[in-house]
Amino acid sequence: MNTEVTIAGVTLKNPVMTASGTFGSGMEYSEFVDLNQLGAVVTKGVANVPWPGNPTPRVAEVYGGMLNAIGLQNPGIDVFLERDIPFLKQYDTKIIVNICGKTVEDYIEVVERLGEESAVAMLEINVSCPNVKEGAIAFGQNADALFSITREIKRHAKQPVIMKLSPNVTDITEMAKAAEGAGADALSLINTITGMKIDIHRRKFAIANKTGGMSGPAIKPVAVRMVYQVAQAVKIPIIGMGGIACGEDAVEFMLAGASAVSVGAMNFVNPYATLEVAEGIRRYMEQYHVENVTDLIGAVS
Amino acid sequence: MKQKETARVLSQREIAADIYDMRIETSMAAEAKPGQFLGIYPKDKSMLLPRPISICETGPEENGACSETDGAGRKRCGGNNVLRIVYRVAGEGTREFSGYREGDSLGLLGPLGNGFPLEAGRGKRVFLIGGGIGIPPLLELAKRLETAAACKQAVLGYRNDDLFLKEEFERYASVYVAAEDGSAGVKGNVMDAIGHYKLEADVIFACGPMPMLRAVKKYARERRIPAYISLEEHMACGVGACLGCVVKTKDKDPHSYVNNARICTDGPVFPAESVEI
Repeated sequence: MNTEVTIAGVTLKNPVMTASGTFGSGMEYSEFVDLNQLGAVVTKGVANVPWPGNPTPRVAEVYGGMLNAIGLQNPGIDVFLERDIPFLKQYDTKIIVNICGKTVEDYIEVVERLGEESAVAMLEINVSCPNVKEGAIAFGQNADALFSITREIKRHAKQPVIMKLSPNVTDITEMAKAAEGAGADALSLINTITGMKIDIHRRKFAIANKTGGMSGPAIKPVAVRMVYQVAQAVKIPIIGMGGIACGEDAVEFMLAGASAVSVGAMNFVNPYATLEVAEGIRRYMEQYHVENVTDLIGAVS
Repeated sequence: MKQKETARVLSQREIAADIYDMRIETSMAAEAKPGQFLGIYPKDKSMLLPRPISICETGPEENGACSETDGAGRKRCGGNNVLRIVYRVAGEGTREFSGYREGDSLGLLGPLGNGFPLEAGRGKRVFLIGGGIGIPPLLELAKRLETAAACKQAVLGYRNDDLFLKEEFERYASVYVAAEDGSAGVKGNVMDAIGHYKLEADVIFACGPMPMLRAVKKYARERRIPAYISLEEHMACGVGACLGCVVKTKDKDPHSYVNNARICTDGPVFPAESVEI
């Protein structure tokens, strides 16, 4: 049985990775998960300088999911290079660094710093965070803006570039095509869906930011649909995510057209979720006599 | 080490209106420290996130309400493999927990957080200040503090005369009660009780609602004594990865260096002067 997948020339031992922002840089979950068993660790978004994030409350539970508006709190690229990269280098897994910024220049600065770091296999560009006021999603909700920032990043990047797409758009295939046209090596989707929760007893927003990004099993059908649509529209590989909890969920995303998958909010529900997803994929392959996991990609009919 | 485990309910009873006392058989009991907490998972799949619930006691001496006995005829609700939680029903998740009975399973993540610094109270006159559902995590602390019983002063604030856990605190500490409605002890809050009884201490450990913690911080600052306060916030992961449960700090936090510490892992117990509350 072969569980390897290759994305933009980078071969992962299995298609399971972590969704940015749900796994830190792996340190916190390394008490539960042998990181060597993961296809890749996708880090929490890192900016050129430290970001303090949003006021609390930052998280709220909703039916079958959760809302978050963390606001990309992160220590900035200096601390990240000194602390997080050396930690991840100890493990036999691929390192994918998620990058956030407020301006194109912010993104480029991080892209260039990471270019010197050979341990970083790929870059994932967050142009879809719904919880910060400037930058981020502004680049991800307009096809022209997405095209220009992708092209600019590609011009400076040493590693393959994954553009992470927002579901909060009229037609996600337009965004996917814009990113592909500008030279993106891969796409990841979906980021969270903008939502709101109101505490009717206190008549207050459940989240200080008023709106938050929804994740968890409740959004999975939306994510599967978008992965399928994007897979029909572009040729570059797709990393699928949105409420993946088990191997069956991961297989569903792969059948819809994803070459790999990320486990996000379900890490909070089950710290062993990533390993269980990888094991579940292997069980499915055994059950249905699938020799290569890549045979599953887009195999829905 | 933190772990996720399926544990077993040994007993549960309601000890005050909407306040439940549950004994749990779990391997986490041996290493859990006062001030740490558990993440408890609802079984209803529509509710994803573990509920942060403080640990009231490890290896409780009192037997609780369970009927099971071991080979020697002792009730199994006490002992080294037993954790006790005392929590308030605050929503659907805790409502579900309150329905668990002896023998039921429950999903736990823990032990989480740092706990109270026991060494800070060694040989000192201490205040254990608890407000409402902030009272339970101080019980194990009252047991373990290495200082003379006469130096342990538990100042407990209640809404009314439903004085849950008061008698248990009396085994380890002198207990002073305040009740908001005046139906027991001093009418008012914990600070009123401290004033009324003219109490003094060298160090404070506190858990309770934010207005109480602010008053504790101010009191400690005026008297130039250290105070250790336990905070709460809405949490998702409980292990320091999601950065959902932060508190503003005076100095740079140890994770992101942006003066936002994680309550779940850098806390929940902080020196009062280190946090902006």
